[in-house]
Amino acid sequence: MADATQPTAVTVRPEGAQAKREDRAAALEGELPFEGRREETFGQRLLSALKDAGVAALLALVLFLFLIGARTRIETGGLDIEWRWEGLFVAVMVVFFGRLVFSTAWAKDRTRFAVAGGVTLVAAAIFFLLRLQGEPAQWWFAALATAGAVGLVRNRVGTRYGASIRQASGSLGLRRAFTFIGPVLIAFAILFPFMPFADRRVLDLGILVMTYVMLGWGLNIVVGLAGLLDLGYVAFYAVGAYSFALLATNFDLGFWICLPLAGILAAFWGVILGFPVLRLRGDYLAIVTLAFGEIIRVVLLNWYEVTGGPDGVSRIPKPTLFGIEFRRGEGNFADLFGLEYSSVHRFIFLYYIILGLALLTNFVTMRLRRLPIGRAWEALREDEIACRSLGINTTTTKLTAFSIGAMFGGFAGAFFATRQGFISPESFTFIESAIILAIVVLGGLGSQVGVVIASVVMIGGFELFREFEEYRMLVFGLAMVLIMVWRPRGLISSREPSAVLKEKKMIGGDLVAQGEGH
Amino acid sequence: MEYFIQQLINGLTLGSIYGLIAIGYTMVYGIIGMINFAHGDVFMVGAFIALAVIVALGLTAASGIGMLALALFLALVVSMLITSAWGWTVERMAYRPLRGSFRLAPLITAIGMSITLQNFVQVSQGARNKPIEPLIRGGVELSRGTTAGGVTIGATISTMQIIIIVTTIVLMTIFSLIIAKTPLGRAQRACEQDAKMASLLGINVDRTISLTFVMGAALASVAGLMFLLYYGVVDFYIGFLAGVKAFTAAVLGGIGSLPGAMLGGLLIGLIEVFWSGYFTIEYKDVAAFSILAIVLIFLPSGLLGKPEVEKV
Repeated sequence: MADATQPTAVTVRPEGAQAKREDRAAALEGELPFEGRREETFGQRLLSALKDAGVAALLALVLFLFLIGARTRIETGGLDIEWRWEGLFVAVMVVFFGRLVFSTAWAKDRTRFAVAGGVTLVAAAIFFLLRLQGEPAQWWFAALATAGAVGLVRNRVGTRYGASIRQASGSLGLRRAFTFIGPVLIAFAILFPFMPFADRRVLDLGILVMTYVMLGWGLNIVVGLAGLLDLGYVAFYAVGAYSFALLATNFDLGFWICLPLAGILAAFWGVILGFPVLRLRGDYLAIVTLAFGEIIRVVLLNWYEVTGGPDGVSRIPKPTLFGIEFRRGEGNFADLFGLEYSSVHRFIFLYYIILGLALLTNFVTMRLRRLPIGRAWEALREDEIACRSLGINTTTTKLTAFSIGAMFGGFAGAFFATRQGFISPESFTFIESAIILAIVVLGGLGSQVGVVIASVVMIGGFELFREFEEYRMLVFGLAMVLIMVWRPRGLISSREPSAVLKEKKMIGGDLVAQGEGH
Repeated sequence: MEYFIQQLINGLTLGSIYGLIAIGYTMVYGIIGMINFAHGDVFMVGAFIALAVIVALGLTAASGIGMLALALFLALVVSMLITSAWGWTVERMAYRPLRGSFRLAPLITAIGMSITLQNFVQVSQGARNKPIEPLIRGGVELSRGTTAGGVTIGATISTMQIIIIVTTIVLMTIFSLIIAKTPLGRAQRACEQDAKMASLLGINVDRTISLTFVMGAALASVAGLMFLLYYGVVDFYIGFLAGVKAFTAAVLGGIGSLPGAMLGGLLIGLIEVFWSGYFTIEYKDVAAFSILAIVLIFLPSGLLGKPEVEKV
């Protein structure tokens, strides 16, 4: 039997049946059946972690040399270059220490914990030194301190408590809580404007989050249920917004009349988009929908006579409650109900409108999932060829998915127009489509609650970072990458099946196809 | 007639730039089946690095031709190296962890990387666009004629345009040779066809994929330098626009096919230039995308693409 505690250069292993017998005996004795595996000393692991971090730092040096290290400035007579060696040094150090912390943080012994702690202390020390000198290094070092703290926490929680947490959530807590999460969230959403922290700014944020939730639910029909990879959803949003705006300003119709019209027009555009993409596979479908989104935006930008071009459409009427307006003065909402006029009333009204629209979207989606059309969508997502061989008309199924998804996008667009009072093509860029798609995917495709959570996290987080104006989008992009790498299946990784044989149970998200977009 | 020739030359030049970027898209798609949305922004990063090298060397139009050639060559090499490192990093960060996952996850990370790169350059280099003076001047007049209105016009091909077209032809030839003859090219084609079998046969699939990204990024950096010298101005947003057009070009030509990418690039360039030359300039993007949609209706795999055989 090979001695597992000493590294041996040459060992003759028994073969065949004897090897199996000895392996089994070793397993019963609790010894590793395979030899040659040495326990690395702490020093060796530290050395390899340092080498790893060194390579990462060298790579960072190469990458950032001309982007952080040098900055081209516009001076009279051309461009001038400004060398920022301190910034480059800081960036390389951040990468070095960050990588060191992350490779030592997955440790299983306390000495790594000590290393991670030591590194964080060193980083914090550098941070404070630079602050004392007046260098504006805060952003980089806040990130590094966070990384160090995460490394420390992960180390502590991961080993001792992680197993028990996982067990508790898996067995009863989280699964059963899941069934209550829907009504709880709805109740919270309904009572939201009356909560003590709901001032105008928070209410505005709530309206924004609900708008994205509705868009996410609308896109969920196309991407999550039918599996059609749509990168141009913002086109329907734009069509809804502009059709509402133009109908309202040119024909003097109110919000409640124009809303369904905007939805119908957007659905119509959904069908028009659907026709060319019927035969296309996943990525071709993606690029054509992306192209459509861009086409709509370019047309809106350049068709000056109708859409006003870059000037946009302004003076869009606000919604009324059965004809009662939300303005100051006689005959308006505050006056009729005996309340003190406050601009918050209109915001609360807008909030309830979007909440109603979003809940309508959710209700319709849930009901449609149980109808044959919903089942056809999900069958299409899982396997289009099987679908066709069972006699489902894939053409009408796809077109229905596009048009209903587009209709809800149109509603959301109409709401957006009336909330802003002014729209321009600037609001309907590809980034919006990307954000909505990210919300749907991050929340977990096909999961309604997931879209809500992802929307709150992404849009809420985005708004919270408002002070860091410049770095906001950068952090947003990085967050998108990191969350997707951490949870590729979305934050909600379980799904509710639509059709059950006996008992309704939540299934894992990886059993649900993500759709090739056939 | 001269107008047509001039538009043709302009279209071919623009198409070459798109084609170089499109090759990156198509190579990556061919080997791992994923759209690398961040590729356009890698092109932009390449342009910025080339700009930084050019400005650091203090190059102006008044520099002698020897100094100009040497400095531009140096800018090209440095830009290619650093941009390749960026391409490699993007792959490691955004694609490799999601290698076994379904289609949408790498798409979202790619979009996230694209946003990150754009904003990183915006934050570190400033949001204003960076102009440089035209470094390569001069051209060759091809023909001269008179229009109906009695105005004399000539069709010229500028030195920069010649350089772009020649560079593209040379790079295309080199890449076709690499793909067809070298072991790396064989490994790439093997991974395209069946990655599992290729790894069973001893090909390092991870390394091949990384090298594909690196090559694509290198080509994009060449395109970036060409763009910088041709248009004379870069800003952090050129990556998105060029990326979408180049991706359209790759899809138009049939994604996964190298000559298709070049053909698609040339077509998109020509469509754009001819549309803006003969009709209106505002809707040139609409024209390019509409042509794409129409071609895809009749040829769902693009012009030179192989129709996907789906096994049931």
